[in-house]
Amino acid sequence: MKFLKFLSVGILFGIILVKSEAVSWYRIYEMFRFEALHMHGIIGSAVGVGMLGLFLFKRMGVKDVAGNSIALPQKKKSLIRYLVGGSLFGLGWALAGACPGPMYVLIGTGNYSVVLLIFAALIGTFAYGLVKEKLPH
Amino acid sequence: MDFILDPWPWYVSGPLIAIVMLLLVFFGKTFGMSSNLRTLCAMGGAGKHADFFAFDWKSQKWNLTVVAGAIIGGFVAVTFLSDQKPIALNPETVAALSELGFEKVGAALLPGELYDWDQVWSVKGMSIILIAGFLVGFGTRYAGGCTSGHAITGLSNLQLPSLIAVIGFFIGGLLMTHVLFPLIF
Repeated sequence: MKFLKFLSVGILFGIILVKSEAVSWYRIYEMFRFEALHMHGIIGSAVGVGMLGLFLFKRMGVKDVAGNSIALPQKKKSLIRYLVGGSLFGLGWALAGACPGPMYVLIGTGNYSVVLLIFAALIGTFAYGLVKEKLPH
Repeated sequence: MDFILDPWPWYVSGPLIAIVMLLLVFFGKTFGMSSNLRTLCAMGGAGKHADFFAFDWKSQKWNLTVVAGAIIGGFVAVTFLSDQKPIALNPETVAALSELGFEKVGAALLPGELYDWDQVWSVKGMSIILIAGFLVGFGTRYAGGCTSGHAITGLSNLQLPSLIAVIGFFIGGLLMTHVLFPLIF
């Protein structure tokens, strides 16, 4: 069952996001007010350990399960799409108090009204697909 | 068992999230949750309307499986691994929310003022959820990633575009929290 490993990683991810309270709207609000180290510490330590892990993967020539060298896709150089797109997402993140990972996890915690939020996010994604060619990237 | 049932501190949670990212990289994939929104659009037939969705969504089934796992994980965590204590927020955060009219701050994961069904079905409540969701969906695709793809993966991989995106996340988030919230609530 090749999908079992992805299901397991997802379960782990869901548990971490609940236990860290990163799925809480209140924690996101607190983060944007800089009134606790909590969320900044989570993201900061994730980036620190992630950086070290990716560095070691490359340094030690670790291969992935398919035997390929580890190479993450490079993001295309640009300014406008990251700054404008990022800001639009930031507005939504602060208002909804959930980004695309927590949205799904919250369904599992029994907050079913979040389904409407996901529905709206799908409409937003669809709208982007429609106007993509007209936007500066 | 208290260390399981209590909320996990940031210095445990953050490194664990990094392990999730590293596991996916080791499995030959990347950590990106907002991509699933594009996949779901493609599954729903959006490829007929825009080339952006005209791709083989089945190649992304692994990521939808991660989503399914995340939902299960959320259920497992609240059902078996939590003591349902209120969230230990900074009292200043609680005071600021009380001033905006929020009650029972931190008693649940989400504020009833936004996510209770009677709020969701009101004109104002529905507008808030729809606008917030739309911004998340549109913004993440325009920026090419969200917290998982840019903040965690991109910054770990020393990508300048991700740093710019994360700065954008904070520009939007700060604007919403400090300027728009007092107008909305």
